[in-house]
Amino acid sequence: MRPGNDRRTWGARLIILVPFAWLAGLFLVPALIVFKISLSQTALAQPPYTPVFDLSAGWEGLRRALAELSLDNYVALASDALYAASYLKSLQVAAISTLLLLLIGYPIAYAMARAPRGARAVLLVLVILPFWTAFLIRVYAWINILQHDGLLNQALLALGIVDVPVVWLASDTAVYIGLVYSYLPFMVLPLYATLEKLDETLLEAAADLGSPPWKAFWQITVPLSRPGILAGALLCFIPIVGEFVVPDLLGSSTTLMVGQTLWTEFFSNRDWPLASAVAIVMLVLLVGPIVIYQSYQSRALASGR
Amino acid sequence: MRKGLSFINLTALTLGLAFLYLPIVILVIYSFNASRLVAVWGGWSIRWYAALLNDRALLDAAFMSVRIALLSATLATVLGTLAAIALVRIRRFRGRLPFSALIYAPIVMPEVITGLSLLLLFVAVDFDRGFWTVTIAHTTITMCFVTLVVQARLVTFDRSLEEAAMDLGSPPLRTFLTITLPLIWPAIAAGWMLAFTLSLDDLVIASFTTGPGATTLPIRIYSDVRLGVKPEINAICTVMIAVVAMAIVVASLLTRRSPG
Repeated sequence: MRPGNDRRTWGARLIILVPFAWLAGLFLVPALIVFKISLSQTALAQPPYTPVFDLSAGWEGLRRALAELSLDNYVALASDALYAASYLKSLQVAAISTLLLLLIGYPIAYAMARAPRGARAVLLVLVILPFWTAFLIRVYAWINILQHDGLLNQALLALGIVDVPVVWLASDTAVYIGLVYSYLPFMVLPLYATLEKLDETLLEAAADLGSPPWKAFWQITVPLSRPGILAGALLCFIPIVGEFVVPDLLGSSTTLMVGQTLWTEFFSNRDWPLASAVAIVMLVLLVGPIVIYQSYQSRALASGR
Repeated sequence: MRKGLSFINLTALTLGLAFLYLPIVILVIYSFNASRLVAVWGGWSIRWYAALLNDRALLDAAFMSVRIALLSATLATVLGTLAAIALVRIRRFRGRLPFSALIYAPIVMPEVITGLSLLLLFVAVDFDRGFWTVTIAHTTITMCFVTLVVQARLVTFDRSLEEAAMDLGSPPLRTFLTITLPLIWPAIAAGWMLAFTLSLDDLVIASFTTGPGATTLPIRIYSDVRLGVKPEINAICTVMIAVVAMAIVVASLLTRRSPG
C-alpha cells in the first residue's frame, strides 16, 4: 500500500518545489553569476565591473556582449606565480591536515566505538559539543595559547624544554594545529558511524583462527571502515582548501592560502572579477571531491532506509 | 558484550578530549583574569564582563546577530524540513538527483565561494545589503544542515503508525500534522538549534553579504582579534559559549522526552 503523499498531489509538488526553488535561486544562480563576472572587465565603478549581459539590448546586444567577454582575469591568474602558489599551498595544507586528522581522529573514533554502550552516547555528545562553539572562538582560543608569552611557551620554559620562547604563531605549525582542532569532529563522526556498525564476530573469528590483533585490525577493521574514512576525509579536505579564518589568524603573511587570496582581491583590492575567477578555478579543482562526496551521501541515504 | 576499554583506547579518548576541551577551558578561565596582560594571572575578576556592558557597538552587534540567527534558523528549519521530507518520502521525482546535489553541496562548499556568490547575486538584482541579505544567506546554508538532521530521523522512522491512520481514513495532511510531525519534532528542534548556532557563529559569509549598519558579532570580534588578544574578547567569547551551552542543554532535554 502506498500512502497518499507518494501520489503527485499539489502538496507533494510544493514540498519539492519550495526548497528546490530556494536553493536553485540562492545557490545555483549565484554560482553562475560568479562565472559570468569572472569573464568581465574590472572597472572603477559601483559595482566595480562592467556588466556582461544586458538582455534589454536584444540579440544585437547579446552578440556585442559575447564579443566583450574576456579571459583577462584567467590570464592574470595564470601569469602571476603568486596565484598558482596559493592554490598549491591550499591543496598541500588541506592534504596534510586531512592526513593528520585521519591519524588523530581514527584512534578516537575507534575507542568511542569500543566503549561500553552507555558511555558511547556521552562520548558522542562530548565530541560534538566543541563543534557548536563558534569557529572563530575556537581559533582565537589557540592564539591565547600559542602567542609569544602564551601558555605553551610558559609551560615549555618552566619545564626547561626550551630556553627561549618558541615562535608558534604566524607559522605553518599553528595553521595545522588550528585546522586539526577545528575539523576534528568532522573526521571523528563519520568514522565513528562506520566503526560502530562493524560486525565484531569477524574480529572474533580472526582471533579464533590465530590472527594477532594488529593484523586483524589492519585486514578487517580498516578495510571495512573505508566509507567512513572517505566521508571524513572529504568532509575535511574540501572546506579546508578554501579555508580563510584559520590561516588568516594563525598563519604567516608570506604563504597565503587561496581563501585569503580571494578575500584580499575582494575586500582590499576591490577586484571583483578577479576574485570571481579565483573562486571559479577553486571550484574546478574541487569538483571531483565534491561529486564523490555527493554520491557517498546519496548512497548512505539509500542504505539507511 | 563488549569488554571495558583497553589502555590504548582509554589513552586515545583522554588525549582526544583534552585536546578538544583544554583551549576552550583556558579561554574561559582567562576571561576572569584581573590582569590586562594575558600572560600574567592577576587573580579572579569580572571586570571584563563589566566592560562589555559599556561597549555600545559590541552590544549592538550581538543584538544584530541574535536577530539574524532567530529569523534565519526559523526559515531554514521550515525549508530544510520540507527538503528532508521530499528526499525521504517522495522517492522518485524528476530532478531528484540535482535536488539532492543542491542539498549536499552547500555543506562542503568553501565559505568564501558561497559568500562571494551570494553577494554578487544581491548586487546583480540590486538588493540593499544589510540585515536581510545576511539572513537570506544564512538561511540558504543552514537549511541544508537542518535537512541532514531531519532526514536522519525520517529514515529510521516507523511508518506503520502513519499507515494505520491513513487506513482509518485520515487525509495525508492531517496524518502529517497529528502523527508525523510530533514524532520527528525532536529532530526539527535539534535542526533549528544547529541552524541558530551556525548563523550566530558565521564570520565569512556574513562579511561578504553584510552592509552598512548590519555588523554582526563575529565580524566585530574578528576585527578586534586581528589587533591582538584582549581580555574583553575572552569575556565575550565566554558569553557566547555559555549561550550555546544553554541552548544545547535545552535541546537535549527536548530530545530526551521523546522515545527513540
